[in-house]
Amino acid sequence: MGLLSKKDAKLITDPLADDNPITIQVLGICSALAITAQLKPSIVMAVSVIFVLGVGNVVISLMRNIIPSKIRIIVQLVVVATLVIIVDQVLKAFAYELSKELSVFIGLIITNCIIMGRFEAFALGNGPWRSFLDGIGNAAGYGLILIIVGFFRELFGSGTLFGFKVLGDSVEKTGLYAYGYENNGFMVLPPMALIVVGIIIWVQRTRNKELIEEN
Amino acid sequence: MEHIELFFKSIFVDNMVFAYFLGMCSYLAVSKKVSTAVGLGAAVIFVLTVTVPLNWLLDQYILREGALSWLGAEYAEYDLSFLSFILFIATIATMVQLVEIVVEKFSPSLYNSLGIFLPLIAVNCAILGGSLFMQSRDIATLGLALNYGFGSGIGWFLAIVAIAAIREKIRYSNVPPALRGLGITFIITGLMAIGFMSFGGMLTGGDEEKPSLDGNPENVGFNEDTLEDSNVESPETTFVVSEPNTKQ
Repeated sequence: MGLLSKKDAKLITDPLADDNPITIQVLGICSALAITAQLKPSIVMAVSVIFVLGVGNVVISLMRNIIPSKIRIIVQLVVVATLVIIVDQVLKAFAYELSKELSVFIGLIITNCIIMGRFEAFALGNGPWRSFLDGIGNAAGYGLILIIVGFFRELFGSGTLFGFKVLGDSVEKTGLYAYGYENNGFMVLPPMALIVVGIIIWVQRTRNKELIEEN
Repeated sequence: MEHIELFFKSIFVDNMVFAYFLGMCSYLAVSKKVSTAVGLGAAVIFVLTVTVPLNWLLDQYILREGALSWLGAEYAEYDLSFLSFILFIATIATMVQLVEIVVEKFSPSLYNSLGIFLPLIAVNCAILGGSLFMQSRDIATLGLALNYGFGSGIGWFLAIVAIAAIREKIRYSNVPPALRGLGITFIITGLMAIGFMSFGGMLTGGDEEKPSLDGNPENVGFNEDTLEDSNVESPETTFVVSEPNTKQ
C-alpha cells in the first residue's frame, strides 16, 4: 500500500469484515434487505450508497467546525437528501427501469442509519481525506453484504444471475433442471432476506469467536 | 369500507417491518425489553400519524405536477416532485422537534416515557417510508392518508412489541453461541414475516377469491397488489403465492 498509510488502509479494510456495518454495527438494514431479491438492484444500491456516503462524509468533514452542534442533525439530513436527489435523478435519466424497480428505496438512503452513524461517529471529528476513506470503506462493507445476499437469493430463487439463466432453463428443463432441480421460489420473498443475513452473521461469528455476543 | 380495508391492509398485509423491512435499525436495537419497545412503538405511531397527513398536504398542494395551479394559471406546469425527499425529511425532522417541545411542555410524564426515543425517530426509515409510500401509492384523500399513517404505525408497534417479548423469553434458551443476539433475532424476524404473509389472504376473502379457484394465477388479488406497489420482487413470487389456491 504505497498510496495509503497503514492506518488509513485500515479505515477501508476494517468495515469489510470485522467491523462490518450490517453484521456487526447493525446499521443500515432498513433499505438493504428489500432490494436484494436480485443481483442487479443490489449492486446499484451498493454503488449509490458508496457515492452518497463518500461524498457526504467529505462535505460534513469540511463543515465540521462551522456546524452548531444543536442543529447538526438537520444539517446532516439536508446534505444527505441533496446527494440522494442527485442519485435519484441520475438513475431516472440513465436507468429508468431500474429506478422504477428500486422505487422508494433510493429515497430511503436518506434515513439509512449507516450514513447518519458515520457522519456522527467519524466525519464530525476527522479531516476530509480520512473521512472519505471511512465513508468508502463502510459503504463498501455494506455493499458487500448486499451483493452476497443478492447473489444467493437470485441464484436459488430464480436460477439466474443478472438475469442470465446460469442453471439452465426451468421451463424447457435444460441444464440442472434436467436432473429434477427446482427453483426455491421462497428465496425471492421478503422473509428469506432476513434469514440469509442471519446465516451470514452465523458463519461470520463462527469463524471469529471474538464477535460472539452475550445473549 | 375503503377506510377499514386500508387500515387493516397497512397493519397486517403491508406491515412496515415484515413486508418492507422499514425501521429495522431501531427495531433491532431497541427490542431487548418490552417496556422500551412499547415506548418507541408508541412514539412511532404518534409521529407517523402526524407526518403522513402533513406530507400528503405538501404533496398535493406544492410538489406534484400541476399542484401549484392554486397560485394561478401560470404556475400550473411546474413539477417539483424531485424536491419531495428534501421537503419530506425536513417536515419530519421539524415535526419531531416540535412534538418533543410540545409534549415536554404539556405532558411531562409522557415526555419522560417517550422523550429519549423522539430524536431517534427522525432517522427511522419507517417514518420517511410511510410518506414515500403514501406518495407512490397515490392515496386519494387526507382522511385516508391519516388512516394510512396510523395503521402503519400500529403495524410497526405490533412488530417491535412481539419481537421484544420473544427476545425476553429466548434468553432462557440454549442458542448456538455464534447465533446469539443479532443472528437469532434476524432469523426469528424472518419466521415472523412468514407468519405475517398468511394475512395476505385476509382482504380477498369471500366473493373475490372464487375466480382464483379455477386455477388461474392471474386472479390471486392480494399479493399482486402488494407486489405492484413495491415493484421489488420478481414475477416468480406470484407463481409461488398462487400455488395453494390452485390445489384447493
